[in-house]
Amino acid sequence: MKVLVAVKRVVDYNVKIRVKADQTGVDLNNVKMSMNPFDEIGVEEALRMKEAGSVEEIVAVSIGVQQCQETIRTALAMGADRGILVKTEQELEPLHVAKIMAALIAEEQPDVVILGKQAIDDDCNQTGQMLAALMDWPQGTFASKIELADGKANVTREVDGGLQTLTLDLPMVVTTDLRLNEPRYASLPNIMKAKKKPIDEKTPEELGVDTAPRLTTLKVEDPPARQAGVKVEDVADLVDKLRNEAGVI
Amino acid sequence: MDDREIAPLLAGVRRLVDEKLIPAEETLDREDQIPEELLALMREMGLFAYAIPAEHGGLGLSKWDEVRVIFEFCRAAPAYRSYVGTTNGVGGKSIVLDGSPEQQRKYLPRIASGELVVSFCLTEPDSGSDAKSLRTTARRQGDGYVLNGSKRFISNAPVAGLFTVMARTDPEDGGAGGISAFLVEAGTPGLSVGPKLRKMGQKGAPTADVTFDDCRVPAEALLGGVEGQGFITAMKVLDDARIHMGAVCVGLASRLLEEMTGYAAQRQQFGRPIADFQLIQAMIADSEAECLAARAMVERTARAMDRGDGVTKEAAACKYFASEAVGRIADRAVQVHGGYGYVAEYPVERLYRDARLLRIFEGTSQIMQLVIAREALKEHRRGQ
Ligand SMILES: Cc1cc2nc3c(=O)[nH]c(=O)nc-3n(C[C@H](O)[C@H](O)[C@H](O)COP(=O)(O)OP(=O)(O)OC[C@H]3O[C@@H](n4cnc5c(N)ncnc54)[C@H](O)[C@@H]3O)c2cc1C
Repeated sequence: MKVLVAVKRVVDYNVKIRVKADQTGVDLNNVKMSMNPFDEIGVEEALRMKEAGSVEEIVAVSIGVQQCQETIRTALAMGADRGILVKTEQELEPLHVAKIMAALIAEEQPDVVILGKQAIDDDCNQTGQMLAALMDWPQGTFASKIELADGKANVTREVDGGLQTLTLDLPMVVTTDLRLNEPRYASLPNIMKAKKKPIDEKTPEELGVDTAPRLTTLKVEDPPARQAGVKVEDVADLVDKLRNEAGVI
Repeated sequence: MDDREIAPLLAGVRRLVDEKLIPAEETLDREDQIPEELLALMREMGLFAYAIPAEHGGLGLSKWDEVRVIFEFCRAAPAYRSYVGTTNGVGGKSIVLDGSPEQQRKYLPRIASGELVVSFCLTEPDSGSDAKSLRTTARRQGDGYVLNGSKRFISNAPVAGLFTVMARTDPEDGGAGGISAFLVEAGTPGLSVGPKLRKMGQKGAPTADVTFDDCRVPAEALLGGVEGQGFITAMKVLDDARIHMGAVCVGLASRLLEEMTGYAAQRQQFGRPIADFQLIQAMIADSEAECLAARAMVERTARAMDRGDGVTKEAAACKYFASEAVGRIADRAVQVHGGYGYVAEYPVERLYRDARLLRIFEGTSQIMQLVIAREALKEHRRGQ
């Protein structure tokens, strides 16, 4: 079996982001970039499938600027076999990414496609669902457990009410949730070896995908600063404030 | 590797340091032991393999690569490095440089995997700086040797699987020429390791005395199979180790700077952050400048060593300057923290104690000064 894993280059989760003065977006100058943490979980899950013997090949895909190659290298250092970089300077929307992934699926014919449930930059939580719809494949989103057996997969999903387990036919799309696994650290020898693994480069045009924007950003603002809290005297005081000032009970 | 090529390696180490090693530092200091799961992670990461040649399962990093990895790794408490560094450095390097092919095949792959920790036994109760005067003896007996004597302050002795031991094979020669190096495996009858010594800092890096009492080793234990080479090996290894130690100091200095600037920016007095006061800024500026100078010296000397240049003077200068600099920087870091720097609430109290050792072991600052001056005067006499 073959697994395709999507890996997005995002602002590192430790960075305190700043909004650009002209409110057109987030300042990315000299900001540390890393692999989207949910995608790391995706790579780790693919590796575990391979280690369990159910998968032969793992292909890591990143879409965006040339530097996304570093994100692919990280996936290769963790243990993915090869990479595909779909290069574009264009700002991408979830639908573009889903269409590009669909075009790659047509070329690569994977059995499982793993994406993060969302990327921590724009938190859209749409790409996996759009991709499953475009492919007309089964989808298991917010996965916290995946078991492969006999051409099917049992996917446990984290839903609001608890856990839901679905049996999906392959090929399928899954999106990862936080509790699926804890990604490994790439070892230094594997980081060195990753330099020699192949990365293919393509463009959205070559894949026949139109990346013209469908969305318009009006403005990007900081969230309102948090107000200072107050200390309450006792429970009665708390209940009184919740009822009469906050109006929540 | 150029800067772009080595970047992912450094990023990998940085991540381990930030996410796992720094958060466990207090436990390390309190329990005087590296948590087992972190050791396992360090093994999996391949940190034990950096200085071992690729054909023996190591990373085969050049010295320049190595020091840049160490700059990152040593942002974490230096005790973590001690475990890995002695094995790759003074302990293991002797085998890399002067071991026979059989000795290399036998030990290096197990060193690279992190399975085998190596200790380097040079210092004795009565011979520290004056290492040449060491008294441990190795007498030839039958087809092997018998070792007698005691070694002091041996890093990693309580956990070592292999000891590189400097001992006198020629009782007639009381100087360097009479010294040979032996590879003695843990568990050899007659070898005993004393209790872990209580130290001021670098808790978690176990240090103990090692005693040889009629300890019999086979002839194959003689490093490289040649007698009288031990001290030469030790000095070669120490050149290499001094550059490494310079890098350790730079890593710790950059960590102390992070702690210092972070605290200064956040601590308010007289209605504003203390970072606004120029006297605080002077301490930050002096520390930054010294850290950069030490880094530049270490990188330059490492590259010279990779080219095959003789670097005895430069390596001693790196160790001397960088360890003295990190001592001053640690002192300033405590000063910037005020009373909070003297109590165990912030890492600087611990890092200050950790830094103190760096001016003492692997050659004291005074011995480094002697080496630098000796080499400089030698050059003068040669008319260079
Ligand atoms: C935690 C720790 C770990 C260690 N690990 C190891 C190890 O793994 N293997 C190992 O072999 N050794 C190890 N050592 C030993 C270390 O290398 C020695 O302590 C060091 O070389 C100094 O020797 P000494 O302690 O005998 O001091 P001494 O040599 O007695 O020095 C005392 C003082 O006299 C000064 N001095 C000595 N001679 C001169 C001179 N000619 N001119 C001017 N000043 C001089 C010194 O600089 C120092 O200030 C370790 C030590 C410590 C504390």
